[in-house]
Amino acid sequence: MPERVQKIIIENSDIIIKNWLEIVSEKRQNDYTSSISEELFQSTNREFVNMIFASLEQQGLTKDLEEFSERLVNLGWPLSYLTDGLQTFRRVVIDFVLGQTDKIDTDYFSVILDRVDSWVDPIINKLVNEYSGNWEHTVSLQRVALQELSAPLIPVMRNITIMPLIGTIDTERAKLIMENLLEGVIKHNAEVVLMDITGVPVVDTMVAHHIIQAAEAVRLIGSNCILVGIRPEIAQTIVNLGIDLGKFPTKSSLRKGFETALELTNRKIIRQKDSASAIEEMIESLDKE
Amino acid sequence: MDFKPCVTIRKEWDIVGARQLGRKHAKELGFGTVDQARIATAISELARNIYLYARTGTICFEVIDELDKKGLKIVAKDNGPGIRDISQVMQDGYSTSGGLGAGLPGVKRLMDFFEIRSDSEKGTEIEAIKWLR
Ligand SMILES: Nc1ncnc2c1ncn2[C@@H]1O[C@H](COP(=O)(O)OP(=O)(O)OP(=O)(O)O)[C@@H](O)[C@H]1O
Ligand SMILES: [Mg+2]
Repeated sequence: MPERVQKIIIENSDIIIKNWLEIVSEKRQNDYTSSISEELFQSTNREFVNMIFASLEQQGLTKDLEEFSERLVNLGWPLSYLTDGLQTFRRVVIDFVLGQTDKIDTDYFSVILDRVDSWVDPIINKLVNEYSGNWEHTVSLQRVALQELSAPLIPVMRNITIMPLIGTIDTERAKLIMENLLEGVIKHNAEVVLMDITGVPVVDTMVAHHIIQAAEAVRLIGSNCILVGIRPEIAQTIVNLGIDLGKFPTKSSLRKGFETALELTNRKIIRQKDSASAIEEMIESLDKE
Repeated sequence: MDFKPCVTIRKEWDIVGARQLGRKHAKELGFGTVDQARIATAISELARNIYLYARTGTICFEVIDELDKKGLKIVAKDNGPGIRDISQVMQDGYSTSGGLGAGLPGVKRLMDFFEIRSDSEKGTEIEAIKWLR
């Protein structure tokens, strides 16, 4: 008698909601939502439970549910808030309906379970899907943002381009460096590329290997790659590793590398009598070690 | 001897986690920047080898803090395929993965003590120590 079950539930929605809110609030004592204000927690609970009832009355999932879960993702609420909440809800409803009946036979019992499951399960599925979909979306956006940052090319002057690298280089980033470097050299028509590793914390054999390969590839398309920003401790570890960087030019600082780049492109810095030249100033500002 | 925290290596970014923990210990023990970089690089090599050749394993740290000697011990352990010919992998330039083949001989030079134990059934265990001078 599914309609009857539904009728009992809807007619007693106030009590069911009250029971549910009590349990959820009680459970909160020692859990993950402790950083959320009591006010927000209570109002979210009410919104949540009204949404659950709306989906029963309308015989299906609502648009509100989507928006609700999206908002919780953005606020950083854990998925377990929703799933635990719904499991608690299932229990509260079943307890309540069973309490309303004097004699319970197995048939009636399974009717109740079926009815409640077919109500709660789609909501759980929907929310889990929404939630993971939202997360995937966020993660993929951040990934794109990181990728854009991971191997930037700056064309500082005609034929001279700088690639400043900051942070850890993993294999994925190492590949990006190679791609961007080659693409950039062609796009900006660079004769010299300065690869600045001042901000790279560790240069191990994997990183060194990729740098060597990238420099070699740049050479093959007819440009020069100068490795700059090799900190003293990195120079020593590279020597200890037995890696030979002798095949292509290296310079300790971006400033020295830039001077070499100017030479290679048949230019040089001319000091004017009174004021330092614009180029000199620019180099000063670049050289912040 | 002191505590022995370990980092499990499963994904590539675990290498970074191991490196950071090792660097932290090295700094606390009073190693200078050059030795910190050596230690971090050695950890990177050992952890990457685990990731590449054994897929999973652990990097453990032991702070040696005795009256007459202080240092940091790194223990890299895996249950991977093992290394058949140890003298071969200790040659500069030997690599089965198209790498530089500089990792293991490099770690030996970066550190003060270096030992490999390996067998095809149990996997590989590498111990390396840097002494504080
Ligand atoms: N934990 C391990 N388990 C099994 N084989 C290993 C392990 N570590 C290293 N090897 C083997 O030893 C070889 C040499 O290792 P090594 O670290 O010196 O060079 P590599 O990893 O090939 O290149 P790279 O210079 O990038 O480190 C590897 O190619 C691999 O065949
Ligand atoms: Mg290696």
